Amino acid sequence: MELSFQTVMSQVMLGLNNGVFYAILSLGLAVIFGLLNIVNFVHGALYMLGAYVALLGYTMLGPLIGKPDFHLNYWAALIVAPLVVGLLGIGVERAMLRRLRKFDHLYGLLLTFGLALIIQGVFTNYFNVSGDAYDAKPEALEGAVNLGFMLFPKYRLWVIVISLLVCFGTWFVIERTKLGSYLRAGTENPELVKAFGVNVPLMITLTYGYGVALAAFAGVLAAPIYSVSPVMGSEMIITVFAVVVIGGMGSIMGSIITGLLLGMVEGFTKVVYAPASSTVIFLIMVVVLLVKPTGLFGRES
Amino acid sequence: MNRLVWIALIILGLLAPYVVYPVFMMKLLCFALFALAFNLLLGYTGLLSFGHAAFFGSASYITGHLVRNSGLTPELGVLGGTLFAGLLGYVVGSLAIRRQGIYFAMVTLALAQIVYFIALKAPFTGGEDGLQGIPRGFLFGLIDLNRVYVVSGRPLGLNLYYFVFAMFCLGFWIIHRTIHSPFGQVLKGIRENEPRAISLGYRVDRFKLMAFVISAAMAGLAGATKSLVFQLSSLTDVSWHTSGEVVLMTLLGGVGTVLGPLVGAFTVVTLQSKLSSVGSWITVIIGGIFVVCVLVFRRGFVGELARLLKRSL
Amino acid sequence: MKHLFSNAALLAAALATTSGMAVAPNEKISDGVVKIGVLTDMSGLYSTLGGKGTQVAVEMAVKDFGGTVLGKPIQVIGADHQNKADIASATAREWFDNEKVDMITGLLNSGCALAVQKVAGDKKRITMNTGAASTELTNKASTPYSIHYVYDTYALGKVTGQAVVQTGGKTWFFITADYAFGQSLEQNTTNFVNKLGGKVVGSVRHPLSTADFSSYLLQAQSSGAQIIGLANAGGDTINAIKQAREFGIGQKGQKLVGLLIFDTDIKSLGLNVAQGMQFTSGFYWDRDDATRAWSKRFFDIHKAMPTMDQAGAYSAAMNYLKAIKAAGTDDPDAVMAKLKSMDISDFFAVRGKIRIDGRMVHDMYLMEVKKPSESKGEWDLLKIIKTVPGDEAFMPLSESTSPLVKK
Repeated sequence: MELSFQTVMSQVMLGLNNGVFYAILSLGLAVIFGLLNIVNFVHGALYMLGAYVALLGYTMLGPLIGKPDFHLNYWAALIVAPLVVGLLGIGVERAMLRRLRKFDHLYGLLLTFGLALIIQGVFTNYFNVSGDAYDAKPEALEGAVNLGFMLFPKYRLWVIVISLLVCFGTWFVIERTKLGSYLRAGTENPELVKAFGVNVPLMITLTYGYGVALAAFAGVLAAPIYSVSPVMGSEMIITVFAVVVIGGMGSIMGSIITGLLLGMVEGFTKVVYAPASSTVIFLIMVVVLLVKPTGLFGRES
Repeated sequence: MNRLVWIALIILGLLAPYVVYPVFMMKLLCFALFALAFNLLLGYTGLLSFGHAAFFGSASYITGHLVRNSGLTPELGVLGGTLFAGLLGYVVGSLAIRRQGIYFAMVTLALAQIVYFIALKAPFTGGEDGLQGIPRGFLFGLIDLNRVYVVSGRPLGLNLYYFVFAMFCLGFWIIHRTIHSPFGQVLKGIRENEPRAISLGYRVDRFKLMAFVISAAMAGLAGATKSLVFQLSSLTDVSWHTSGEVVLMTLLGGVGTVLGPLVGAFTVVTLQSKLSSVGSWITVIIGGIFVVCVLVFRRGFVGELARLLKRSL
Repeated sequence: MKHLFSNAALLAAALATTSGMAVAPNEKISDGVVKIGVLTDMSGLYSTLGGKGTQVAVEMAVKDFGGTVLGKPIQVIGADHQNKADIASATAREWFDNEKVDMITGLLNSGCALAVQKVAGDKKRITMNTGAASTELTNKASTPYSIHYVYDTYALGKVTGQAVVQTGGKTWFFITADYAFGQSLEQNTTNFVNKLGGKVVGSVRHPLSTADFSSYLLQAQSSGAQIIGLANAGGDTINAIKQAREFGIGQKGQKLVGLLIFDTDIKSLGLNVAQGMQFTSGFYWDRDDATRAWSKRFFDIHKAMPTMDQAGAYSAAMNYLKAIKAAGTDDPDAVMAKLKSMDISDFFAVRGKIRIDGRMVHDMYLMEVKKPSESKGEWDLLKIIKTVPGDEAFMPLSESTSPLVKK
């Protein structure tokens, strides 16, 4: 394909669209990793779960509570799904992850891997793997905007804007507020923070809840674009892992920027040499590992 | 371990095809060898690779390609696949051992994903369709691996079965020897206390890499053998689900025990086959086993048994 | 350790030499039962157009036939291959080895179909493929025991390709599912487009079951081709068409052409989106009284009208049982000889005949999706605008590369 300005720009815009999902998911992983030292394998499944909360809230919740005309609309789903998934995460942290804190962190990875299989399996059993359409896209976001070089759907533009807001909002809270400084201190030296009278276990639980709520939020955003399917998370999570390795696990800003950049690189690759687009992130990872094993924004542990 | 146990196991292996469906039995053996190879790394070196399917699967493709398109005899095909997996293990290992712990796991996972995409896109792999119609051929150009014998009314592919069993024994033997060699002792030292091993003057990275290569090659031997059994190499063989499965087998059977991976592989493969009618609930069950294992059963079947018997198994 | 293994080798050798008698006991019905296996996509992107419905159709055929043949019971067994060739071939192998399955039908997904056809050929068992499309099945991969029953990519490409090029669609860009089926469909269609003076300006391959087609669609858009040919099926085709609308593609100037479309796809897209699209099919429920009568019965059980795969599976199973009865045995060679010599004529197949290469040749239809105003009911979706006789629609034997065709 020719490298016209139009083709490059439109693919890069789509890349940015994917990139915000990478960013929001790797941000959640980074927040969780920072405090719990756990690679949250179940993140992809919870992203999928978020999308299903939106879908089922729209299609099945009404009949279930005896009001067939009730549909959970999109805007409500954006709040409800993260809440539901966040609460579930809190339950998981309290009931399971907490018990593993004194063992090797690898057990956390294995446990969340098991949870991911369970959630994915349950949904595969009840829903079509090829996905169901989520038809509750708000009227206001229908249609496309002319960006000059392409027609870009309004909804996708909204996804980019709101995701960036959420990402940078999270960064601000963690890096620039008092609450954030407790969190960061808790990562460095939990005993000391405890001595200051901060309830560290509660802080850990809530952090985990917030991290997975982010995944669910991304899931709701994704629902109107991609069809909602039981495997949408498992396809995503491996790429996000690579993003995290490239960015370096410790850094919040690092994970956001890496996610956005890699999305765009992927989009650009689709123009230059499409077959490599699904591997390019992993190839970049290899290069980063060779040059800077701790990741672009990582610190030596 | 007790010599009698070994003899009993071998006799069991030799008689199994007369009782159990041979294809099922061969699948068991391939996955058991895969889990044993994986355990060499996790159990005896303390490295969790989350990308071992890359070796299992790539060997399966290479063997398939060599036998199908280059007309090699099966034993040479298997050898080629195994060597390739070892070589790939060298490349992946060199990169991955630059990081430790969780990072190591994620790096292997991501590198395995590259292998997956190559398997999807390379011209000889058949992409989504897989590499189909791999001939079993004649062992050493002489013994027909397709030959079927009828024993009390059941047609049994015994030539193939004993070939697979021999490959399994060979792999088991190599892994066993590695663990009980001085080299294996050093590996255990690294697992227990890496800084100490370094201070004792061991070049830890080289030991780790060596262990990684052997483990990769043996995983490859398992994959290569499997490609002859099923006459097909597919994306499933290189997918991260397969990597996860081998972790589960080892964990369930008992990490760092000799027989654990065997028991784990037998349990998981049997479950999958017996429960194939429940569809995707099998994924839920496997996930559930994972969770239970991690929470309350970290030593696995064999590990727990060994603790009860107060001896190593 | 070492001497143990040499003992083992000896024992192995001793056991291995115990026997060597021939298989195949001579009874009229092997194992005392005729068992039909439905192996297809039961949960994935093709499950609505095949899936459980295919099994329902086969079970109907068995019931209509009377439940027994030559005094022995007929059974139906079903399984999901999840669109994975390894699962498909392992299941088929186990069915043949352990489950006494005599014939496998369904087999959506060309990759799975090729794998199963290979296993079946090696084990001398019959496959009657109603779901998959690749022409490979009746060419290089054909075996004396394989039948391709409903349609193939040659017929799809020829009938649809001709219709589109003749109405002015000269330049094409393909969005292709990256496996045996998609490649075969793209190749076949390209041949006809070229033959009729059209031109293919580019193509892009996507993995099976793709969620986001936007980047492929934009590539197609910037290629400037008049026609965007969708060489994919089921959920992939639906997603591609829906997302094309999102980006305003295919509304002015460019036109989307689905090369393989099933009634169920139209149902899920809605007439509003799909109206006016043309495609090729081997069956439509609302063709005549016979199709309507059968489809009504099917609908009562399955709650959806039959696709060509499902209707074809009924016909395949029925004719397989008829052939057993006529041959007086379920021996695969005898049954195949009967199947290839008898006329296939029922509500599904008009002027049907199974050729030497396993291709079932019958009339194909060029369909057009109705406007919402033309539709009189939930399933009143399509009209037949042209009937193409089988000999014109399918690949002639002279072009075949099947080892069964002597030249």
